[in-house]
Amino acid sequence: MQDQVEHSYQHDIVGDDIHSIRKVIEPHRDDADHAIKYILIGIAAVFLLVMLIMPLTVVLINALRDGWQAYKEAVMDEYTVRALQLTLFATVCAVAVNTIFGVFASYLLSKFYFRGRQVLASLIDIPFSISPVIAGLIFILTFGNIGWMGDFLKAHDIKIVFAVPGVILATIFVTFPFVFRELFPVMNAQGKDEEEAAALMGAGGLMIFRRITFPHIKWALVYGVVLCTARAMGEFGAVSVISGHLRGKTNTLPLHVEILYNEFNTTAAFAVSSILVIMAVVILIIRSFIERKRKI
Amino acid sequence: MYVEMRRINKTFDGFQASKDVNFGVQKGHLAALLGPSGSGKTTILRMIAGLDRPDSGDILINGNRVNDIPGSKRGIGFVFQNYALFRYMTVADNIAFGLEVQKKNKKEIKDRVEELLELVSMQDLGKRYPHQLSGGQRQRVAFARALAPDPQLLLLDEPFAAIDAKVRRELRTWLKEMIGRVGVTSIFVTHDQEEAVEVADTIIITNQGRIEQIGTPEEVCRHPQTEFVADFVDAERFEALMAVRRVE
Repeated sequence: MQDQVEHSYQHDIVGDDIHSIRKVIEPHRDDADHAIKYILIGIAAVFLLVMLIMPLTVVLINALRDGWQAYKEAVMDEYTVRALQLTLFATVCAVAVNTIFGVFASYLLSKFYFRGRQVLASLIDIPFSISPVIAGLIFILTFGNIGWMGDFLKAHDIKIVFAVPGVILATIFVTFPFVFRELFPVMNAQGKDEEEAAALMGAGGLMIFRRITFPHIKWALVYGVVLCTARAMGEFGAVSVISGHLRGKTNTLPLHVEILYNEFNTTAAFAVSSILVIMAVVILIIRSFIERKRKI
Repeated sequence: MYVEMRRINKTFDGFQASKDVNFGVQKGHLAALLGPSGSGKTTILRMIAGLDRPDSGDILINGNRVNDIPGSKRGIGFVFQNYALFRYMTVADNIAFGLEVQKKNKKEIKDRVEELLELVSMQDLGKRYPHQLSGGQRQRVAFARALAPDPQLLLLDEPFAAIDAKVRRELRTWLKEMIGRVGVTSIFVTHDQEEAVEVADTIIITNQGRIEQIGTPEEVCRHPQTEFVADFVDAERFEALMAVRRVE
C-alpha cells in the first residue's frame, strides 16, 4: 500500500503536470502561507494606522476642536487665502514647466542615442537626492545679494530671492524629476520602431508625437502631473529657505502652517493643514482612478 | 541595377558594422541578405532606408545618389522585424497613415486601403487593432502598410522572425507570391538559409560586415566562393529543398 502511494507521488513529479506537483506539496505549505499572509497584513495595518490614519485624524479633529465657526475663520483668514493662492500659483507654474521639460527630456533620452545619455539621465534625478533645504540655499547663493548673479539682478531691478519668483524656482527644482520619471520608462519600452516607421512614410515630428508617441504616454503623463502637483503643493524646505516668510507675500500654505503653529495658534494651524490634507486626498482619488485607467 | 551600394563603410561606437560593402539588386528582383546575427545585414537595410547613414560610400537608388535624401523621399516601403504597427490605430488607419501624410484626398485613401485589405485578404478586419491580430495577420498588415504609398523598393527586416515555425513556411510562399504580383523590387534580411533559398532570386551573403558572395541560390549553394560560405551554407539541405521544389 505504501509502495503504491510513493509510486504515485513519484509519477506526479516526474510527469510534467504542474497541477499534480502542487497537489503533493501544497497541503504542507498552505497553513504556513496563511499565517504569514495574516501576520504581514497585520503589520501593514498597524503601520498604516500609526503612521497615516491616526495623524490625519488628529489634524481633522484638532482643526474642528473650536467648532465650525473657528475653522471657517481660520480658513477664510486673509493671509491663509493669500498663502493658498501663492501655493496654487507656484504649483501651476512648476507643473507646467516640469511637464514640458519632462516630455522633452524623456523623448530625447528614450529615442536618441548619444554620448553622455546616461549622465544626463542621472543629472535629472539630482533633486531627488538633494535635501530641499540645500536646494533653497543653492538659489540664495546664486540669485541672492551676495550671490553670483546678485549684482546683475540688482542692476536690472529683478528680485528673485525673498520674492515670488524664488518660491516658484525652488518648487520647480524640487519637483522636476517627477514627470520625467513617469514618462521615461514608458517611452523607453515603446522603442522607436513605430516612430521610425511613421518617419519613413514622411510624417513630421509633430504628427509623429501627436498620433504615435502621445497616445502611448497619455496616462503616464497625467500620472506624472498628478504626482508633481502633490509634491509641489506640499513643498516646505526649499521654499522655506528662499521665501523669507513674508506674510501675504511669499508665504505658501505649508509655511503659513508653521508660522501659525509657532504662534501657538494651534487650531488655525490645524485648520490650514486640513486644506492641504483635503487637496492631498483629492489627488489620491484622481491617482487611483488613473491607475485603474492605465491598466486597461 | 535598381539599388546599388558602393564602397559602404559604417561604424557604431567603434564596432565596424559594414566594411567596404558593394552590391547591386536588379529591378523587379527579390534579394535576400543572408548571414549570421551580427554580420551587418540589418545595418545595410537600414542604410538603404535612410534610418542610418553610412560613414563613407554611395547608396544609389534608380541611378541617383540618395545619401543626402531623407528616407521618406526615397520611394521605399519598410517592414520592420516586429512590424512596428501603430498600436493605437486600427488596421485600416495603419494602412492609410502613409497616404494621409501625403495629403491624398479621402476618397482616394479609402479606395486604396480597401484595395490593399483585399490584396492581403483582410477585408473584414480593417476595424481591428494590431493586438487583436495573429502574428501572420500582423505581417500582412505591415506588408499592406508598406505598399500603400506605392513604393518602388520594398525592404523587409527578418519578416518571418516573429512568426510561429508552423505558419512560417506558408507565409513565405505567400510573401513571394505577393511581391511577384505587385512587381516591386525587394530586399529582405534573414539568417535562415532555407528561407533565403526558397524566397529569393538573389542571395547576398554577409559575414562580419563584409559581403562574402552574391549569386542565385544555386550558385551560392553549389559553388561557394569562400570558406565561410561553404561552411555557412548547407549544400545537402539545399539539394533536399531543390528536390522538394521539383516534385511540387
